[in-house]
Amino acid sequence: MLLRVEDLQVAFGATQVISGVDLAVAAGETLAIVGESGSGKSVTSLAVMGLLGAKGVRIAGRAEFDGQPLDLTRPGGTAKLRGDQIAMIFQEPMTSLNPAFRIGDQIAEAVLCHRSVSEVEAKGRALDIMRKVGISAPERRMRQYPHELSGGMRQRVMIAMALVNEPQLLIADEPTTALDVTIQAQILDLISRLQRDRGMAVVFITHDLGVVAQVAHRVAVMYAGRIAETGSVAQVFDDPQHPYTIGLLGSIPSLTGPRTRLTTVPGSVPSPAEMPQGCRFSTRCPFAQPKCAQQPLLREIAAGHRAACHFAPLELNFGAAA
Amino acid sequence: MANEAIAARTVRPAVIDTPARRSWRKFRTHRSAILGALIVGAFLLVALLAPVLPIADPAATDWAAVRQAPGAAHPLGTDEIGRDVLARMIWGARASVLAGIVSVGIAILLGVPLGILAGYFGGWTDIVISRCTEALLAVPFLILAIALAAFLGPSLTNAMIAIGISAMPIFVRLTRGQVINVRAEDFVEGAHAIGLSTPRILARYIFPNAMPPILVQATLTVAAAIIAEASLSFLGLGQQPPAPSWGSMLNTAKNFMSQAPWLALWPGLAIFLVVLGFNLLGDGLRDALDPRE
Repeated sequence: MLLRVEDLQVAFGATQVISGVDLAVAAGETLAIVGESGSGKSVTSLAVMGLLGAKGVRIAGRAEFDGQPLDLTRPGGTAKLRGDQIAMIFQEPMTSLNPAFRIGDQIAEAVLCHRSVSEVEAKGRALDIMRKVGISAPERRMRQYPHELSGGMRQRVMIAMALVNEPQLLIADEPTTALDVTIQAQILDLISRLQRDRGMAVVFITHDLGVVAQVAHRVAVMYAGRIAETGSVAQVFDDPQHPYTIGLLGSIPSLTGPRTRLTTVPGSVPSPAEMPQGCRFSTRCPFAQPKCAQQPLLREIAAGHRAACHFAPLELNFGAAA
Repeated sequence: MANEAIAARTVRPAVIDTPARRSWRKFRTHRSAILGALIVGAFLLVALLAPVLPIADPAATDWAAVRQAPGAAHPLGTDEIGRDVLARMIWGARASVLAGIVSVGIAILLGVPLGILAGYFGGWTDIVISRCTEALLAVPFLILAIALAAFLGPSLTNAMIAIGISAMPIFVRLTRGQVINVRAEDFVEGAHAIGLSTPRILARYIFPNAMPPILVQATLTVAAAIIAEASLSFLGLGQQPPAPSWGSMLNTAKNFMSQAPWLALWPGLAIFLVVLGFNLLGDGLRDALDPRE
C-alpha cells in the first residue's frame, strides 16, 4: 500500500467530524470516496494533505506513506511531501489560480519549490506538463493570466501544477463538479490516462456515482464522518450492503428499464450536535431497529468488501425487502 | 496600396491582455483621472526641475521691492522682505510634494507589513497589532501629526516622519482587511497544496492580490499628507525658514491680507490644486483597479 491511514479522527473544537476512518490506496489504484455534502470526505482529504491548519482542529490517527510513517496530527507533518509526492487538485478551477501571475510562472513555482533546478529548467518542465495535460498552444498559454482561460483550461492548469513534480499520489477533490459534462469527461479521461502512464495512486473525492463507476477501482462510501461501506466498485455497485449505499444507488437515473420515480434518501445528514447514538444513519434508515442504537462495526462481508451495518448482509437478514 | 494597409492591420499579433493593460485602458478613458494625473504630473515636474528653472533665488531678499503686486519683474509678486514669490512657490512645491510622497512611503513601509502579519496570522499577533492601531486611530490624524512633530522637533524631515506615523494606522487596517479576504481565496489553499512556504505565499500570493486598494489609498493619503505638511509648516513645525514652504508662506501672508492678498492666494491655490489632483488621480485609480467591472 502506498498510503495507509488508520483510525483517523478529526475534531473542530468540541465537534467530532471524522471518527475512525481507515483508508488505503495502492500505487496505480484509484480509490473513490463518495458521500453527500457534510459527510466528511473533503475534510478527510485535507487532513491527509496536512491542510487543516486552522486553530481548534485536532487530528489523531496513524498514517504511512510509501513505507514511511506520516504525522498527520501536526500541520508541518506532511509539509515536505505536499506538492512533491502528494499533490492535490481542487473543486474550483475558477478561483484556485493566483490571478496576479502568469500560468507558466505558477506551474514553474511548484517545480522551484521542490526541485533545485534553474528557472529556465522549471519553465521547460512547466511547458512539458502543459503539453501532456492537453493544453493547446502551451507556449502562448504560459504567458497568459488565469482570467483569460476557460474553466476546463484552468482545471488542466491545476492538474498540470499538481503533476509537474510527478507525485506518487494525487488527491482530486471533486475536480469536475464545476465543469460541464463534455469537459468533465475529458478531464476524467486525462486523469485516468496520466494515472496509467505513471502508475500513480489517485484518491478521488466525489458525490457523483457515475464518475465513480467510470474512474475508480475501489470505493469508500462515507456518511457523517464514518465509512459506511467499502469495497471494489463491482462489489459496492452490484451488491450494496449498507442501506445508505442502496439509497444512493437508487437515486441515480437509469437509461434502461422502465421509467420509475427515483428513490431518495429521506431527510439530510444530521448536524454534529444532533447526531444519533450508535449507527449514525439510523434516523434515515428504512431498516432501523432498536439494535441500531449501538455503533455497528465495519465488518467484512466478502474479501475486501466491508459494511458498517448490524444487518449486513441484508439479503440474509431481510430477504426480499433488500 | 489599400490592400497592403488592410493586410498589415490584420496580421498584427494578438496582444496578451494583462490586468495592468485592462486597468490602463479603463484609466485612459476616465476623464477626471486624466485631469488629476496631469495636475499631479505638472506639480511633480515643476518640483523636480526647480533647480534648473530660470527663476530667482527663493531666499534672495530685495528691500527695494517689498510686497510688490504681480508684474513683469516678479510674475507672482514679492513677499514682505522682497523675495520672488514664484521662486518660493516652485521651491515650496518641492517641499510639499516630497513631504507628501515620503511620508506616505513611511506609512506604507510600516503599515503594510504590520497589516499583512495581523491579517494572515490572526490570533494574538492580530490582537496586539489591531489594538495598537485602533489606539492610534482614536487620535485625529492632524492632532497626532502635530503632537509627534512637536515631540521630534521642528524640521521638514521630522514633519515627514510624524505624518508618516500618523498615516500608518489606515494602511495597517486596510491591508489587514484585504489580507483576510485574500487569505480565504482558493488559490492560497492551492499554494499550500503545492507546498509553498509561508513567506513565499505572503510575497507572491497574498501581497500582489491585496495591493490595488492600498495603491488607491496611498494616492489619496498623499493629498492628506500634503495638507498636513502645509499645516505643520504653517504652525512652524515643518519646513524651517528661510527655506520656502506653502504652509509657512500662508502663515506670513495672513499678516498682510489687506495690503498684499496675492501672498495668500498663490500658496492656497497651489495646495488646493495639488490636493485636488491627487484626489482625482486616486478616484480614477480606484475605478481602474476595481476588478468587479
